[in-house]
Amino acid sequence: MRHSTRIAVGPVQFRIGSDWAEPVAALERLYAGYPRDETRPADATVRLFAARPWRRWLRPSVHIGGDFVVPDALPLPLSMGLLAAEMGMNLQVALGWRRHMLLHASAVAKDGRALIMSGESGSGKSTLAALLGEDGWRLMGDEFTLIDPAAGDAFAFPRAVSLKNEAIAEVAARVDAARLGPLLAGTPKGDIRHLIPRADAIAAMHEPARPALLLFPRFGGEIAVEPMGEGEAFVRLTEASTNYVALGEAGFAALTRLVRETPAFCITYPDSAAGIALVGQLWAEMVR
Amino acid sequence: MSAVHRFVDLLGGRCDPAAVASRDWDGIIGVARSEAMLATLAYRLEGADLPPTVAALFADQRAAAEVAQRQALWEAEMARRALAPAGIEFVLLKGAAYAAAGMACSKGRQIGDLDILVLASDIRRAENLLLKAGWEWVKSDPYDDHYYRAHMHELPPLIHKVRDRMIDVHHTILPRTHRITPDALALVSDAVTGADGYAVLCPPDMAVHCAAHMLADGDLQGGLRNLWDFHTMTRDFAAADPAFWSKLDGRARMHGLQAAVQRAVRLSRDLYGAALPGGCDRQDPADAWFRRRLLARDDWGRVTQPLLEQAFYIRSHWLRMPPAMLARHLWTKWRKR
Repeated sequence: MRHSTRIAVGPVQFRIGSDWAEPVAALERLYAGYPRDETRPADATVRLFAARPWRRWLRPSVHIGGDFVVPDALPLPLSMGLLAAEMGMNLQVALGWRRHMLLHASAVAKDGRALIMSGESGSGKSTLAALLGEDGWRLMGDEFTLIDPAAGDAFAFPRAVSLKNEAIAEVAARVDAARLGPLLAGTPKGDIRHLIPRADAIAAMHEPARPALLLFPRFGGEIAVEPMGEGEAFVRLTEASTNYVALGEAGFAALTRLVRETPAFCITYPDSAAGIALVGQLWAEMVR
Repeated sequence: MSAVHRFVDLLGGRCDPAAVASRDWDGIIGVARSEAMLATLAYRLEGADLPPTVAALFADQRAAAEVAQRQALWEAEMARRALAPAGIEFVLLKGAAYAAAGMACSKGRQIGDLDILVLASDIRRAENLLLKAGWEWVKSDPYDDHYYRAHMHELPPLIHKVRDRMIDVHHTILPRTHRITPDALALVSDAVTGADGYAVLCPPDMAVHCAAHMLADGDLQGGLRNLWDFHTMTRDFAAADPAFWSKLDGRARMHGLQAAVQRAVRLSRDLYGAALPGGCDRQDPADAWFRRRLLARDDWGRVTQPLLEQAFYIRSHWLRMPPAMLARHLWTKWRKR
């Protein structure tokens, strides 16, 4: 393809090709601090392309493709090329990665132990992870948490955090502006701005952490903590996994073990400060 | 050398994997993925000297393919439980058949839908039994439904409502409207039953079906995979039975598919280096178009010759139905867009 770059996030080496220079340049700025290995073959390929040659210039619209393609996925305008790249990377991992069980969950770690947060979009799992990552925790990722089926360890996928809407101002107030990507206003997912994880989180991205606490956050409403049974946590995580079925018996074994060994709670919180306090409290009580 | 040539040479054993430059793996893996053959390549190169990250990716693919194959055979078992009690016997076709028979080409082969063949006289009963057992129609469009029932060699596709897996129930191996009419009764009556109780086509018929599917019916989508199936199965059948090539020729003639089989034989020699018996080892200038179509991939896995792809698409329809019917079909489809 005309423009291309290579990015390693956690165990996944991406090759990203584009018909336009802008998305590649934006990615390279965002991922400048990540380790680069130009000779390592890619695990996953993302293609950002114009459906018709003239659409490179005329109302340019970015189609997302690669090893795996979602038929009928709508293209994005070139001004949202960075979002297209992010969606393409997520798509390839979600559909193609088989080494680990993938959980659509954020995670942070402390002392080699992982706190895993799973929830629908809007639950605040990304925001909580981003804020905890600025507050003494190692950010493992805001989108995917990888579980090693053999050992049960959690592995990080610390892509640039995708902050949305109100979370943008909240996080921007606490971090150096150089760690924020461009504001992508009015995307199909609302306003988006990327946060580059701290350098130490990127440096530690290959280090496993033992799952120690599973949280299912819910943003909005009175503070509440409900312990969750193994069965419910299991079912929720099968729904949050993109490759649980494809992994077959190994996926079942990994997930069973995860919910048996890891205490799980559903938490409700009215704002980020309360959420973080709640997480700290549960961590202190449950993880020793 | 382009990525797709390297890919084909690696499969054919004409390229030393240890000699592939690190950066060239991107293209090879990209082509393999776009042809749904990454796990096939991973098995072919098991134990070879590879860059560590490539070896790890290939190990993932092999493990995933093993699970996928077990799941595909489970679908065959589900079909058996739905059909056997009513006395309907079926023959497994394509991927599931190769897996059930433990054939070399099944190593890492992607299996999408479950394809089965039943006697034409059993097909309505088979459909009813599958509907009772939880499969549902996918196509809700009345024209498509009618089209399948009146003209195709299979029922409209059915999908299982719980397991989300498709089954294609065939009564023969080419559309009814195709210029060629294979002997469907002979396909079923000469099928062979393996140790696990599944019937598969007899070796020459299996190769005939593979060639027909690739060259007489489809537009060569997935052609490299079908050709790899054809190449490895004919190689192994010939090794087990010295009379295989002549049996293949006899069956191909009987089904009216000699031209497709001979072309598949020549292409497997040209692309994968198959060793052929004297009688088949010929040249045909038209093969060049097929080779170009099969190898039309760049190192990002994209089709490089859209016009050629389109031409083969038109050819597949041209073979499938007479011109007046084709015109009517395209008109109806176009109006529905």
